[in-house]
Amino acid sequence: MLARAAESLFWLARYMERMDNLARLIEAAQSMAGVLSETEEWRSALAAAGVDELYDTVYDTVSPDSAARFLCTGPDNSSAIIACLDLARINARAMRGALTRDMWEAVNQGWLESRHLTERAFSAETLPDTLDWVRTISTRFSGAYETTMLRNENYWFIRLGTFLERADNTARILDVKYHLLLPQESSGVGGMLDYYQWTSVLRAVSAVRAYQWVYREEVKPWNVAELLMLRPEMPRSLRACYDAITECLEKIAAIHGGRRGECHRIAGAQASQLRYGRIGDIFQSGLHEHLTEQIERAAELGDQIAAHYMR
Amino acid sequence: MRQFFDDMHGTDGEVRAAYAEIATWLAQTPPHALNAKREEAERLFRRIGITFAVYTEGGDTERLIPFDIIPRVLDADEWAFLERGLKQRVTALNLFLADVYGAREIVRAGKLTNEHIDTHPAYCAQMQGVTPPGGVYTHISGIDLVRTGANEFYVLEDNCRTPSGVSYMLENRSVMMRLFPELFARISVEPVARYPQDLLRTLRSVAPSSGEDPCVVVLTPGQFNSAYYEHSFLADEMGVELVEGIDLVVRDKKVFMRTTGGLKRVHVIYRRIDDDFLDPMVFRPDSTLGAFGLMEAYRAGNVALANAPGAGIADDKAIYMHVPEMIRFYLGEEPILNNVPTWDCANEGALAYVLDHLEELVVKETRGSGGYGMLVGPHATKTMRDDFAKKLRLNPAGYVAQPTLALSTCPTFVADGAAPRHVDLRPFVLSGADGIRIVPGGLTRVALTDGSLVVNSSQGGGTKDTWVLHTRQNGGK
Repeated sequence: MLARAAESLFWLARYMERMDNLARLIEAAQSMAGVLSETEEWRSALAAAGVDELYDTVYDTVSPDSAARFLCTGPDNSSAIIACLDLARINARAMRGALTRDMWEAVNQGWLESRHLTERAFSAETLPDTLDWVRTISTRFSGAYETTMLRNENYWFIRLGTFLERADNTARILDVKYHLLLPQESSGVGGMLDYYQWTSVLRAVSAVRAYQWVYREEVKPWNVAELLMLRPEMPRSLRACYDAITECLEKIAAIHGGRRGECHRIAGAQASQLRYGRIGDIFQSGLHEHLTEQIERAAELGDQIAAHYMR
Repeated sequence: MRQFFDDMHGTDGEVRAAYAEIATWLAQTPPHALNAKREEAERLFRRIGITFAVYTEGGDTERLIPFDIIPRVLDADEWAFLERGLKQRVTALNLFLADVYGAREIVRAGKLTNEHIDTHPAYCAQMQGVTPPGGVYTHISGIDLVRTGANEFYVLEDNCRTPSGVSYMLENRSVMMRLFPELFARISVEPVARYPQDLLRTLRSVAPSSGEDPCVVVLTPGQFNSAYYEHSFLADEMGVELVEGIDLVVRDKKVFMRTTGGLKRVHVIYRRIDDDFLDPMVFRPDSTLGAFGLMEAYRAGNVALANAPGAGIADDKAIYMHVPEMIRFYLGEEPILNNVPTWDCANEGALAYVLDHLEELVVKETRGSGGYGMLVGPHATKTMRDDFAKKLRLNPAGYVAQPTLALSTCPTFVADGAAPRHVDLRPFVLSGADGIRIVPGGLTRVALTDGSLVVNSSQGGGTKDTWVLHTRQNGGK
């Protein structure tokens, strides 16, 4: 397959996944309105999306309305939901032939609809509907590729993009939220406020129910961290993402006669660390340090995949 | 009022046999139902993403070519006649190109001069003495036909440099089948869906022999080109890679593409970029659309290019006049398809005639395309004609003139129901080392404005599905 095609498909999947994660992040922030400091909640959402500094160059204060708008449409935010959709379509269009018709229609239909969104779509009362719409687009897209794509290299690069982006997002959300919640931990674990806060982390990764099924007890910080990092059955956990990433890279290597590179080594090292790691040890050595490293490794892995396959 | 031949009603208003079923369908379907279908068609086209970029418009660069839901119908005999004529014509065009870049018999026979050829802007000196695989130069030709009467067809122009539009032929059909399955159940229409396979077979037939399974690619300028949809559509339908210049690299006079598994040899390039951009080493040095060293690889016989560089000399409007003569010269046959009488303004007598008759002629730039830079005399104002006359006097050799043909009309669904609009037809002729293939049909373009004769999509024209009937329809006349 063309190196440029691999790159376009990989980024198409990343932007679709990023858009989906942003929608979840905004939903979580919005659902916390009235429970704790709105400013803090939205600032953490901006930080998790990696655009908090950019935001400060445009706005003076953090308000729910301006933060939500900024995350949805910019201005000047090239990681906003709408910008992700634009970039996804540009990548899809560049490799139109590598997409199945269902995949293309999922992207194109979403993009066409996005052009008819009005200002009102991002106001507090209609925002939940708009975010639902965003998640429908990415769900349609992943459904389309899972059900219509040949299991060839195209498919593995799409999947690789999805899971690398998801790993990065999960690490970011956990890191930012954990940071925000840390000071309150001393005020007593298990309090109402704490419960809401940790639930908000779970909500951002659509894992509130999953938590109950896995732990069957009240929401506890270390359980949440374990669920999002080490649990293989949790589809957005780092462990699940890296299992998928190594699978994709192995499939691609097999297509090329077993040729492997630095990207395979990094992914394998990450996967085994997550497979054999224990949450107690991670807390001991510092969750934040650990997550920062995860984020850096994900970026490095992306670079190495590009170096090995996309030049 | 000038009398036009109507594809459906002829000249006497009676429904022609080929259109009998269509006429019944139109009579039985209320306008609002047709309108609902038209809207549905538009939604389908948008969703599939068949758009067309128009250079002169600002803002939204992706526009939809209007699609008309009333098909244009040709009966089996009409098509058999056209097919024979097209095969003959394209065979002659390929022989002409082989001659131009080879022995120049046509010059020796006194039909054209060396100067005529060597100074021609589409002549490619790099091709002199190069014999492409199978002796084929114009692998994909779009021959624009117009109809003026029941048995009168004319070739308006030949297109030998990457003609476009075939994706519309295919998508129009698939949209029609989706919208009106009942019509296809009643009327036996020749299918067109095999075109991509025919194209792939044609391209593979000219691959240089290397012992490997030939690798075919489509070379596109990229997603901002107006015909990008078609490039990706064809690559996808053929199941081959759609490449851009940056994906190609030439090593040891062989062409490779960059893949995730390293470099992979390419044997046939269906290129959808112009000659000038193919290779910065020999053509435009600033081009990034092609590949450095591509022509060297081509001349060494290690890669086939479709169409061959320099094939454009055969479709030029000034060469066009000589095609009937070419057919006699190379094939010893009388031309089956007529040319439109053409005045070459380079000729002094012709220029004088053209200047005297501007109000009844169509004047075209010999190098123009897409309907730009032409004058339709009967539809122009006096000022427009005077301005054009000035341009013409300054550069007579740049223009040819033709009578305004009484282009046939075809019922077209417009704001106030079905009304006659002028149409033309572009069938696509595939020439490989193993012969000529033509899918029955082609792209019918329609001038949507009442009375307009300009069908180009860049000038507000639309398209129709073109139906070639499988067997002759009985009854009627």
